[in-house]
Amino acid sequence: MTEQTILGYLSEILDPEIPVLNIVEMGIVRSVFFENEKVVVTITPTYSGCPAMRMIEDNIVEKLKENGCGEVELKTVYTPTWTTDWLNEITKKKLQQYGISPPHTTSDNHFVEITLPKKISCPYCQSHQTSLKSDFSSTACKAMYYCNACLQPFEYFKEI
Amino acid sequence: MRLDTEIRDALFSFLLRIADDRLILGHRLSEWCGHGPILEEDIALTNISLDLLGQAEAYLKFAAEVEGKSRTEDDLAYFREVIDFKNCKLVELPKGDFAFTIARQFFFSQYCVLLCEKLQQSSLEQLAGISAKALKETTYHLRHSYQWMLRLGGGTEESRQRLQNAVDELWNYTGEMFLTDTIEQQLSAQNIIPSFVEISALWKENVARCFRESSITIPQTGFMHSGGRIGKHTEHLGHILSEMQILTRSFPKAKW
Repeated sequence: MTEQTILGYLSEILDPEIPVLNIVEMGIVRSVFFENEKVVVTITPTYSGCPAMRMIEDNIVEKLKENGCGEVELKTVYTPTWTTDWLNEITKKKLQQYGISPPHTTSDNHFVEITLPKKISCPYCQSHQTSLKSDFSSTACKAMYYCNACLQPFEYFKEI
Repeated sequence: MRLDTEIRDALFSFLLRIADDRLILGHRLSEWCGHGPILEEDIALTNISLDLLGQAEAYLKFAAEVEGKSRTEDDLAYFREVIDFKNCKLVELPKGDFAFTIARQFFFSQYCVLLCEKLQQSSLEQLAGISAKALKETTYHLRHSYQWMLRLGGGTEESRQRLQNAVDELWNYTGEMFLTDTIEQQLSAQNIIPSFVEISALWKENVARCFRESSITIPQTGFMHSGGRIGKHTEHLGHILSEMQILTRSFPKAKW
């Protein structure tokens, strides 16, 4: 079994809260390596308090055991800090098709100024006539928006 | 990690301070669950609560490693007494009305953004990493409370007055966030943490600007409460802990 095979198994694990994205393309899985017979998987949390992380950890161990890995060790790392900039264009397209507006690129501006975010496009009708309802929504990683063109509420995957 | 005993003790105390601030404030904020003035705020305040609990967990886990006595982050959260908690008094005060909650969030988030901006350059990689992550989340928290400061301050006479009352009541608790003592001095001398004197000056500038924009008067600075950082708390902390710790203490091995 190679590291690449392991990564293949891991990319079958979907994020429990956004079940169209897998944990490899989300950048949660940082690396896979062997220590003798043991498989070590390093992961990084998306948000510090994301309740899905515990479930993802359990799913990783379960998936690798199912596929014949003996000992599995998980290590949580914080550096480099998880960012939505790691989501590539294909992943962003999946989000949009799922009904979540994909994240813009992060800027160095720490929003300390009361700047409102850039215009977010509606995942349903692509209109930019949208308004922010709240920076916080059903999960830590999303903001709540409303489309004034198709009159649909929708979520935006916040850039972070 | 190789640290000499003196620095290790100071680091452990400092980590408890920043972790306990988040654990207690996160718990306070969770009291808004189901009680927010509007649905969006119910969700916002509890999301912020969750971020704070997550950050507290990460800092406590690191604190447990630094201490090296095989305690876990859960042991530190659930099996310490009031006197062992090192949060500042600001975060343990009851949640008050919405203006009180917002003013406290603004004071605390502004402090955390400034602190984490510096901590992400800490000479300790683990501390830097956790703080860089916390900074990203806290930036959204600051934006949330800052916008509410503007709305409440520029809203009706009642909303402005309630905000002013909250600011007046909280002001004497803000000094403790910037407490300088031997722990802060030892660690800042090693570039593990920044100088709190510097952070305090930046905080005052930013707060004054927000007050100008929100038509809020800066209270006269006089006496500042302290004691939380050495375990001397208000009567309110014991009540939070009893609620927070009862389940784990009654059923120490409970899992679900």
